[in-house]
Amino acid sequence: MVTVSGFEQARLEDQYAGVIERPLAQRLIAPGVVIAILGYLVICFFAFDVPGVLNKARMDMAQLYALDSYAHKDHAKLSFRKADEGFELSLEGTRRARYDTPPAWFQSNGAESRIDLAGDGIVAFDGQSIVTYTHPDYDEPFRFRVGGGDYPVYLGSVTPEWLGDSGKQIDARPSLYSRIWITRSKIEVHRYENGWENFWFGFNSPLSGMSIGQLTSLAMSSDRIEPEMSNLSFIASEFWNNPEWQHGDIFYALLQTLIMAVVGTLVAGIIALPLAFAAAANVNPLRGVRFGLRRIFDFLRGVDTLIWSLIFIRAFGLGPLSGTFAIIFTDSGTFGKLFSEAIENADRRQAEGVQATGASPIQKYRFGVFPQILPLFVSQMLYFLESNTRSATVIGALGAGGIGLKLLETMRTRQDWENTAYIIVLVIGLVILMDNMSGWLRRKLIGDTEG
Amino acid sequence: MALVNAFNASPHLAEIEKDYERVARQRTTYTFLLLLVCTISIFGGFYVAEEANSGSFWGGLSSFWDYPYDIFAGAYERGWGLFSLAAKYFPYLVETINIAIVSTLIGFFFSSILSFFASRNLMTNSLVVMVVRRFLDVTRAFPELVIALLLVLIFGPSPLAAIMAVTFHTIGALGKLFSESNENADMKAVEGLRSVGANWVEQMRFGILPQVLPNFFSYALLRLEINVRASAILGFVGAGGLGAELKMVVDWNYGADIFVIILMLVCAITAIDYFSSWVRHKLVGATGTL
Repeated sequence: MVTVSGFEQARLEDQYAGVIERPLAQRLIAPGVVIAILGYLVICFFAFDVPGVLNKARMDMAQLYALDSYAHKDHAKLSFRKADEGFELSLEGTRRARYDTPPAWFQSNGAESRIDLAGDGIVAFDGQSIVTYTHPDYDEPFRFRVGGGDYPVYLGSVTPEWLGDSGKQIDARPSLYSRIWITRSKIEVHRYENGWENFWFGFNSPLSGMSIGQLTSLAMSSDRIEPEMSNLSFIASEFWNNPEWQHGDIFYALLQTLIMAVVGTLVAGIIALPLAFAAAANVNPLRGVRFGLRRIFDFLRGVDTLIWSLIFIRAFGLGPLSGTFAIIFTDSGTFGKLFSEAIENADRRQAEGVQATGASPIQKYRFGVFPQILPLFVSQMLYFLESNTRSATVIGALGAGGIGLKLLETMRTRQDWENTAYIIVLVIGLVILMDNMSGWLRRKLIGDTEG
Repeated sequence: MALVNAFNASPHLAEIEKDYERVARQRTTYTFLLLLVCTISIFGGFYVAEEANSGSFWGGLSSFWDYPYDIFAGAYERGWGLFSLAAKYFPYLVETINIAIVSTLIGFFFSSILSFFASRNLMTNSLVVMVVRRFLDVTRAFPELVIALLLVLIFGPSPLAAIMAVTFHTIGALGKLFSESNENADMKAVEGLRSVGANWVEQMRFGILPQVLPNFFSYALLRLEINVRASAILGFVGAGGLGAELKMVVDWNYGADIFVIILMLVCAITAIDYFSSWVRHKLVGATGTL
């Protein structure tokens, strides 16, 4: 520990007045700024009506959406009018995905049917008029009288919070993973299970539900499922054309987004390069031209990519071409500005040195200035490549096609959250990949110097 | 020295020349290959994009000016009424800018804290560094639009959705830049503080923060401009502000209104851009820092 004598301390305080004990006004700046910012945030908190919005927020919907993004839902439905047909078992309740052979969670002996809700117990229907629900936490099973053209009746007395009985319908949700819903005309049981169903092959595909081992032996086997193609290409095409997950379409859309970003960035760089030279004060002596170009850059940049894409969509129609042009326009402005600043900051001496050897003006810039700023150009273009991948997704969602549009489609239906989650994962993966690749290329091409 | 020796010893000269020519040839090949790759990706990309587009490029070229012409014609007809339109949409512009400022402030707060945990020179626990970095990667890569859309479904149309979405992305974007600037900071101050017994928080507060704060502010100002654009875009999916109004008038094709809103947006973005680059110049004394 260093100790300072009283005399030494007095000397230090005298020598560095205002360092050890700062003046009051200076000391108040930082807390003052913090208080001002907090005040501003509080004002905004009420101006944006945050409490009201949070009050009205549909957290139950959020929970369901979240659940649907990683789990799939099976329906078991019995309609009393067609009671003799028994329970109809399907994935997500669609007619396209009906189970022909009952899954393991469903048992029926003709009259009585049992649905196993895993951790939430067992629902049984006697085929006549009584539904019995056995919950693991309750000794007494819950019994309901149903059918006969009447509203369902709860026969027990214990009513847990999750059991809704409106007199006209019974709606029981013992946990997020299951729901028993009985009305005058039907019994419907929903059953969630974790995991993405049919991710590899469609529900109606002959390959649905096969294990990797089965697939391998199938690929090796010479008995063809489809006479026209080998089993291996059949497996590949079944995966690629999976109707529920649309892997092929989604990867094509991803490619379109990538094209928008790559082509947009490259072309913008090529357009901006000569313009940047013309807008640099140390290259172009004409003040008027420089001023004009600078304002054009500002305009191109200020009109956001989104607004450009709106204009191009009107002209060229919906699709990635319009998105590409939108990126080209915005980024020509950005690159024009950045490049011209870089040219102005370039070291004059190299250009002078080249000039001294009798070089023509073009040679002077080619050999004296260009090599200095090239690394900066490349670095900035690579940097924008990554951010353009993200903007291409965004403008894609608003009409320019590609993966953004696919994403929006899945979100609009509000049912296919598993597809939404899949696309989000792919987009994040693509952006991170572009980020790493551009960083790697930057280091490879121009060494460790950043920007 | 080596160079002088090489010049004195003439047999080496031929060898050097040969080496030089080999390197030059290699460079030309690489340049040529790079140009080839760029050309192929541009033309191939255009071809694919053209195929996937609903309208064609050449068909659209002739009608390219139609839409801007419509907008300008609508604006011209309105005449002086444009000023009253500007007054009508001004509060929405203020809302958009407020969304951007609030999200930049909140994002700045969280990312500046996280950045210390994501810097290898400041955080000795490499597991923490890795986890925080991956978290920042994901928040940065997550498209704002997706978060805003989800939140609009949950909250209903509200600026809160835009604020949360933009904040989330800002944390990732600023966090990365901040941690890079932390890693470039001079560690001598930290060592000095450690030698007099300062704890980790004190080392960061008095050793690193004063060095990096101007950089932090500079990056945050740059972010502010990007966030104004982002919050305007998010209005398109119902997250409030000028974007929501723009979407409405675009759908209804009100030329004058579109003109006024775009003009206001461009002016606001350009003004913030100039303001932020002026302040940044004062702060770090250099332009072009990305």
